[in-house]
Amino acid sequence: MNVIIKLLIAAVIAGTPLLLGALGEIMTERSGNINLGVEGEMYMGAVAAVAAGFFYNSAGGTNGITAVLLSGLFAFLFGALGALIYAFLVITMRANQNVTGLILTIFGTGFGNFIGALIPVRTGKTLVVSDTTKAMYNNVGPFNWMVYMSVLLALFLGYFLYFTRPGLSLRAVGENPATADQAGINVTKHKYLATVLGGGICGIGGMYISMVSQNGNWVDNCVGGYGWLAVALVIFASWNPFRAIWVSLVFGGLKIMRLYVRLPIPSQFYDMAPFIVTIVVLVITSMSGSKEKSQPKSCGQNYFREER
Amino acid sequence: MRSKDHTIREPLFRMVERDDMTKGRIARVRTISILLAVIAGSLLFVILGKNPLKAYADMFYGAFGTAVLSQETIKKTVPLLLTAIGISYAFRMRFWNIGGEGQILMGAIGASYWGFFYAGRIPKIPLLAIMILTAMVLGGLYGLLPALFKAKWGTNETLFTLMLNYIALYVIVYLENGPWKKKGSSFPRMPMIDRKLFLSTVFGVHWGWIVAICLVIFTWIFFSRTKSGYEISVVGESNNTARYAGINVGRVFRRTMFLSGAIIGLVGFFQVAGADHTLTENTTGGVGFTAITVAWLAHMNPFGMGIVALAIAVLERGCSQIETTMKVPASVADILIGIILFFMLGCEFFVRYRLIICGRGKEAKV
Repeated sequence: MNVIIKLLIAAVIAGTPLLLGALGEIMTERSGNINLGVEGEMYMGAVAAVAAGFFYNSAGGTNGITAVLLSGLFAFLFGALGALIYAFLVITMRANQNVTGLILTIFGTGFGNFIGALIPVRTGKTLVVSDTTKAMYNNVGPFNWMVYMSVLLALFLGYFLYFTRPGLSLRAVGENPATADQAGINVTKHKYLATVLGGGICGIGGMYISMVSQNGNWVDNCVGGYGWLAVALVIFASWNPFRAIWVSLVFGGLKIMRLYVRLPIPSQFYDMAPFIVTIVVLVITSMSGSKEKSQPKSCGQNYFREER
Repeated sequence: MRSKDHTIREPLFRMVERDDMTKGRIARVRTISILLAVIAGSLLFVILGKNPLKAYADMFYGAFGTAVLSQETIKKTVPLLLTAIGISYAFRMRFWNIGGEGQILMGAIGASYWGFFYAGRIPKIPLLAIMILTAMVLGGLYGLLPALFKAKWGTNETLFTLMLNYIALYVIVYLENGPWKKKGSSFPRMPMIDRKLFLSTVFGVHWGWIVAICLVIFTWIFFSRTKSGYEISVVGESNNTARYAGINVGRVFRRTMFLSGAIIGLVGFFQVAGADHTLTENTTGGVGFTAITVAWLAHMNPFGMGIVALAIAVLERGCSQIETTMKVPASVADILIGIILFFMLGCEFFVRYRLIICGRGKEAKV
């Protein structure tokens, strides 16, 4: 019994950055933009969070809450900044979504590792936050505050998408922008807002990795594929924030399971499992032709009113 | 956008699709975008407190300064170009093959299997031929898999191929921790392949570059002169048009994706036998993703892909040079590549559309 509870707790802790990344990508894809730059946005958020805490501490700041707020703010802003570049290129300049997203991943990964290497060179200090700041991410109850916040965010976004008017508009934009446009919905505004805010949420996911998983240290290549796993999670959760909560628990469980349950299979198969099940889900939904559980219909195509 | 008096505000710009894409304009727009990107890169160096002119000069030296450096640059270009060519086959029919990474790795697994276990038991030339064949078949099959599902049920190929990348990656991690681990090594890593199997070099670079040039020419002929190549383009334009024309769309999907994956699998062979001489998780070095942007920015033109691939290789080499000479972290390469690609992607807009400023009486002409 004790093992199961331990496993669950560890799964939640490992799954939270995935949940955040997936929530950001769900918002983005719901507006009809498939952003393959999640990994890049998470890097930008991760390095921004550590850097904000580091500079606040170096400037003599000792208040833990201020440090956390600054980290959160900058992680969000830099994630959103990456998404803004993407949104501008894709929505306004009508660039290809897949290509733009991949470039954002290249850029964001470079940005994270570059800033993470540059600050120690410039200041002569290791890029790490103070112990008081680290303590802010200690567990309150079974988890740290970011876990609770992520679940609340997922519930809020689910409520927003399925039970509010703007949420309905956003889903309409993602399914069929031309119809939404005719219904008087401002397609461009919805796409921009959803993509940029989604990028900000991915940035917070990056903050979780650098501040909680890496304990407030900058570690090169720390995001290491979490962004791509988040993209997979979006499919498994069938673009639904509520479902993303338990799917992130499953993915988190697969990530840490080998430490708790010894099965006679190599540990790499645990790492592989999320991707395999995602493919299975993808194939099954396409076979059943379920519209509700498949990708928002306009995903991947840019909307150009004049081309109708 | 309603204001208080319920009049509709005119947007500042209107966009009109161009119908006259001349080569001259495309070249002009591209040149301007690259110049802008270079200026943006210079700003980055200025912010870092470095002299941008010196940085660019050092980068150029790092890419072409000596014969050895030039060879290194070409060595980096080959996998990028080959992968881009492979990807362009799929992109021509609007099949989003994001799985280049996985197809390279599968090819590399196929090639190194023979390299690890059959070196010395089979003579060099036939063994190399078997390695090439296995790499191409494995890469091809890995590309065929999503095409089967796409042809049958319309399964989203972007996400499918993306997931396959990571499955291939963990297969390699598994092999290097388990069955293929180097004997007596405390780290999880694979042994080197037999020295005799190292590819011979032509002008200091393994002969993969000759294959790349041949494939560039072959691909150009294939798409501009053959029926099969034309079928692929028709499918890319519209699946339904292709069906009306009597093309078996599913078959084109399968055949082309096998071909695409096979060419990319070949990259795995060259990385194992020509470049790294072993198999690691980093065998691809992100080539599978970068090549997608190469193919796209070159508009799937094989010669254009050669130029873009070379340019990216130059940037990467150049940045490892300035890491030592100017003490700039080498990850600046990714930022610079990102900036340049962003600019080039943005400029495509001005190739395809023109802006009309509203309320200047100009629209009467349209």
